[in-house]
Amino acid sequence: MTPSPAQGPRFSPLSVVALLGWVALLIALSLWMGQQAYHWLPVQASTAAPLVDGLFSFETAVGTFVFGGVISVMVWVMVMHRAEKYDASDAEPIEGNTRLEIIWTAIPFVLVMAIAVYAMRVNTTLGMLGPMEHIHLRSSVEEAGGYAGDRLPAEQVEVIARQWSWEFRYPGADVSTTELHLQVDEPVTFRLVSEDVLHGFFIPAFRLKQDIVPGRAIDLNVTPTREGRYRLRDSQFSGTWFAANQVDVVVESAEAHQAWLAAAARQPLQSGISDASREYAQRGQSSKAGWATVPPAPPPQVNVPGSNTLPHDG
Amino acid sequence: MTLATFPASEPKPSWTRYFSFNTDAKVIGIQYIVLAFFFFLIGGLLAMIIRGELITPEADLVDRTVYNGIYTMHGTVMLFLFIFPVLNGLNNLLIPTMIGAPDMAFPRLNAVAFWLVPIFGVLLMSSFFVPGGPAYSGWWSYPPVSIQNPLGHLISGQGLWLTAVALSGVSSIMGAVNFVTTIIRMRAPGMGWFRMPVFCWTALAAQSLQLIGLPSLTGGAIMLLMDLVAGTTFYDPAGGGDPVLYQHFFWFYSHPAVYVIILPVFGVFSELFPVYARKPLFGYVYVALASFIIVGLGLIVWVHHMFPSGVAEWMRNLFMFTTMLIAVPTGVKVFAWLGTLWRGKLRLTTPMLFCLGGLFNFVFAGITGIMLATVPIDLHVSNTYFVVGHFHYVIYGAAVMGIFAAIYHWFPKFIGRMPYEGLGKLHFLLTFVGANLNFLPMHPLGLMGMPRRVSSYDPEFAFWNVLASLGAFLLGVSIIPFLLNMVSAWVRGPKATHNPWNAIGLEWLLPSPPAEDNFGEHVPVVISRPYGYGLGQPLVEHQAEIEQALTLAEQQETAR
Repeated sequence: MTPSPAQGPRFSPLSVVALLGWVALLIALSLWMGQQAYHWLPVQASTAAPLVDGLFSFETAVGTFVFGGVISVMVWVMVMHRAEKYDASDAEPIEGNTRLEIIWTAIPFVLVMAIAVYAMRVNTTLGMLGPMEHIHLRSSVEEAGGYAGDRLPAEQVEVIARQWSWEFRYPGADVSTTELHLQVDEPVTFRLVSEDVLHGFFIPAFRLKQDIVPGRAIDLNVTPTREGRYRLRDSQFSGTWFAANQVDVVVESAEAHQAWLAAAARQPLQSGISDASREYAQRGQSSKAGWATVPPAPPPQVNVPGSNTLPHDG
Repeated sequence: MTLATFPASEPKPSWTRYFSFNTDAKVIGIQYIVLAFFFFLIGGLLAMIIRGELITPEADLVDRTVYNGIYTMHGTVMLFLFIFPVLNGLNNLLIPTMIGAPDMAFPRLNAVAFWLVPIFGVLLMSSFFVPGGPAYSGWWSYPPVSIQNPLGHLISGQGLWLTAVALSGVSSIMGAVNFVTTIIRMRAPGMGWFRMPVFCWTALAAQSLQLIGLPSLTGGAIMLLMDLVAGTTFYDPAGGGDPVLYQHFFWFYSHPAVYVIILPVFGVFSELFPVYARKPLFGYVYVALASFIIVGLGLIVWVHHMFPSGVAEWMRNLFMFTTMLIAVPTGVKVFAWLGTLWRGKLRLTTPMLFCLGGLFNFVFAGITGIMLATVPIDLHVSNTYFVVGHFHYVIYGAAVMGIFAAIYHWFPKFIGRMPYEGLGKLHFLLTFVGANLNFLPMHPLGLMGMPRRVSSYDPEFAFWNVLASLGAFLLGVSIIPFLLNMVSAWVRGPKATHNPWNAIGLEWLLPSPPAEDNFGEHVPVVISRPYGYGLGQPLVEHQAEIEQALTLAEQQETAR
């Protein structure tokens, strides 16, 4: 990883100090990169997000140190250990060093196992419901009033994925929509179903992704923590208009959410958002040649279509 | 060993042998490599269209159906028609010459395995011209989207795709049987397991993986084909099937496939670093054995491709641990290469530059690989451009650069002429800069939440996509000096001596290019480990005489 003084007797005190200085510099750089890592991710809008981001920041810092160490050695040998011009001789043969080999097996082993244990804890804390089993556990986050473990979330939303539209049903309020509305700081359980092919339920701001498998109903829990407008993206390739299968997610205050539900319930059913249907209708007139496609499902009939052209939070 | 072993002149074989059913492994090796680069250009052209579409947020360059067909074919061509064939080409050239065998164990099977490649290649390409267009569901071909068959014809792009992939599996199994048998049975006298070059160790490991894993993919593909054309419901929930089952069949092979690709490239690094650092490979035995640790672990990590697919929590955790473990033997190899370079006498030739660049990219890919193995991070970035960036760093950044290194290094041996250093270095520079400019921006895109396989995207992703596209176009240009170099060196490059890099290995004790049966009857007896740089021990008995004879033959050649 870093040039080891174990190899040769020719290391002066000065070179040891220089090496330690370089390692210190690498550690500083790694810590800085760990902090930068948070800026590469979208805003944190769920209780899951800080946990995922913390893990990512940690791995970025460790990764920077490992990468920096390896590259330092490579650059060092490329600069310092170049053969002289016309020097055709071999270098001093070193065939191996058992102690060093044990060290560079043991250190990565401990490191990756430590990362795995940390990640498994985060995983458990995330408390997402697996499709085949419900995880029942109490975590510190939940004790603090965080999010759902074995307690039933207040709101249930049915998510129906189709080629290529999203429909959200609020059975409690008898409302359906093509723009997902959620109440801030309130746990919600999604029941994910697909009527045709695989889709992926992916809200980057929530750090959350789950494939939707036809023939199964998959439950997924989340607690939004930040008001705003985000994106829900289909993340499992679903055919021609896969890329256009994206809608907005609105996280709003309790009052706004209740008002929205009440207003929505009074709306008559109308066609919801389906960019695919719109593009498919225009396809006949387009001069661009295309190959065969499955026709889009008709736009879902919903109380509130919503919008997917408003600016969203990055 | 006598001077008469190497006749001064043989009738020059005709170039038409490259277009025939030839059973010489060296001819087949070149057939594989040249055909692979033909498909590399096609796959690259498709990549240019992909990056052209993605330079703007809207789906404006091609129709969405066309985009989906093109990205599917890009992945399929690059994997099944470029990278596997080019590696089998290297295997054909290097395995017999490195172990002192006259040919492969089953020369006719070898030729059949090769000739299946153009057959399924043409089959796959023909899918561009069937009504409905080629397969469009990605190189994974996950059902149910892959069996939707919009036109309902019996012959569809997807059907041709599945037939081609199944044939590719058959061809690869034939190749694997041959490579494994050859390495086990046909080594030179004295070449025990721990005197075998690491490239052969990694080839043996990779080809064992092929034998274990390919039946799963080939069987899975045949079942999918039956679902598509014969109305079975292996993967259709309406008929009691399960779409996730296919994903297990697919990834049980296709994750190990990554090791099938990267292991021989580790072999190339392990061969070349000692040559150009003038030092023995650091910890040879451990590096050799680490290949098989990677094989064992590589077979039990596949579910990490399916963390968001609908698998149980315990599977997510289990496969996270196994995936993390694979970093250990891989790390062993990386540290061994650094140990090899340390206090060496480095020569930054073209092959060495490609190795160093490939190692740089591989270490980066390894770190993003650990991130992807971590379930909570993977749930955010899986199926985003983060994954696309990661595997292009592995496949292009490391594997393809390693393959270029191998081609520049062994070109003189098998073609008999030297490639040009200036063009080679230009090729390296463009490739290294282009690959990083192309693939690094994919990581922030994925972290921000841009899904892969999209033909349009939200405007906030535009900046990094423009950079990635510019990098891709640079990569497109980078192939020009390579082709120029290969063609001109082949036609009129300076004649190569038998050992232009002053390397140690049986293949460097053969004339350049070697005779059809390599050493023929006079296979040298190996008396020491490979990579004895600076140790002053000969590799084989009568090494000095063999080298003298080769030099003499070269001088006579020059004199004429």
